[in-house]
Amino acid sequence: MSFWTFLVRDHAEILSRTLQHLVLVGVAMFAAVLIGIPLGIALVRRQNLRRWVLGTANVIQTIPSLALFGFLIPVPFLGGIGAKTAIVALALYALLPILQNTYTGIAGVDPAVLESARGMGMTPRQILWDVQLPLSIAVILAGVRVATIICIGIATIAAAIGAGGLGVFIFRGVAMVSNAVILAGAFPAALLAIGVDVLLGFVEHKLTPGT
Amino acid sequence: MSATSALSDLAVELRNVSYALDNRQIVSNVSFKVAPGETLVLLGRSGTGKTTTLKLINRLVEPSSGEIFIEGRSQLEWDPIRLRRRIGYVIQDVGLFPHWTVEQNVAMVPRLESWPEPRVQERVRQMLELVGLDLVKFAARKPSELSGGQRQRVGVARALAADPPILLMDEPFGAVDPITRAELQREFSEVATRLGKAIVFVTHDIREALLIGTHIGLFTEGRLTAIYEPDQFLHSTEPEARAFVDSLG
Repeated sequence: MSFWTFLVRDHAEILSRTLQHLVLVGVAMFAAVLIGIPLGIALVRRQNLRRWVLGTANVIQTIPSLALFGFLIPVPFLGGIGAKTAIVALALYALLPILQNTYTGIAGVDPAVLESARGMGMTPRQILWDVQLPLSIAVILAGVRVATIICIGIATIAAAIGAGGLGVFIFRGVAMVSNAVILAGAFPAALLAIGVDVLLGFVEHKLTPGT
Repeated sequence: MSATSALSDLAVELRNVSYALDNRQIVSNVSFKVAPGETLVLLGRSGTGKTTTLKLINRLVEPSSGEIFIEGRSQLEWDPIRLRRRIGYVIQDVGLFPHWTVEQNVAMVPRLESWPEPRVQERVRQMLELVGLDLVKFAARKPSELSGGQRQRVGVARALAADPPILLMDEPFGAVDPITRAELQREFSEVATRLGKAIVFVTHDIREALLIGTHIGLFTEGRLTAIYEPDQFLHSTEPEARAFVDSLG
């Protein structure tokens, strides 16, 4: 069976697996952004925490993804078989690039700009929202973009713990020794990654204040 | 004259102020007074504590000992944010917000202070005129579209925008070419006398000090050795003062 006939015959499943994939990545990214950006900002103010937090995120990044999924299964509340565990693992992977870029972006704001902001009587909140975030948004979004692409790739492995997504085709294809079935998972995943990359690149461009 | 009335005439007063960081004494026992209409130039070599002294005034740095009075009230009685909005601040690197236009930069403190928008607009117009920049031509530009001298002008306009009674300037003309610097110094010395503000101006340039200061305070190793009027300074026998005067050539 060729890839194309499989595509035509099973388009409904391909579509639903793609949606499943998007949901896994979307929910994980949402959580990672919600945790990563504020934490990254906090690290700039608390340098003593920085080594620990970035170190931990780095260590997580080095765990092979299949192993991380496995490790999480017995963990109470977060673990188990299914989408929840996959989302937790994906969010953990997404955390490092988001943390790292948020930290780098905020810490990289020109000290003279900060000194004048403070010296002219901006409150810390105003400095954050009116100065630091606008000036580092491009770097932060670049981190989100990288994290999303990583997650789209890693999410294919989530099928191994019953989370569904496009990885189902890849595992099935490997078992059936069928390139057509593998491609039915790999090809949409690649398209998703490219599509998201272009989209977030556009958002990044739109939100970057001209200087 | 009673102590209180003497105080209230002063914009800035430092009494025996010291600042140490990691056991290193950066500012030692500095005292001075600046009244409205006066420009005190803190003159000294690099690393003698002038900049730190300036930051003590707007509380970017907290003194280790001594007392600072702003407009007659102890600095500790002021809310730091309120205090800073009454003190204009210009630094050598200007620190204009690169993502804001000239208009937004100049309007910064008035908008923070929630001035009504027509008043903000009027003020921006006045300030740009004061520093010699054409409103139509410059208002919408970003700092990256300005020359070094123009940026400094915007920096001065921004510092003066909310009409603060006190102005702190840290080598504001240090980073521009000599010709532009002379131009800015000349113009600023004219403006300074007209404004009636209390100005504390840090520099290591003796010419600038003589041109701009109504008083010159000489800094050596964290100490304010003496305060002179400009013509006194030229005839001082104090070695560091002589060294500066001799450097005039």
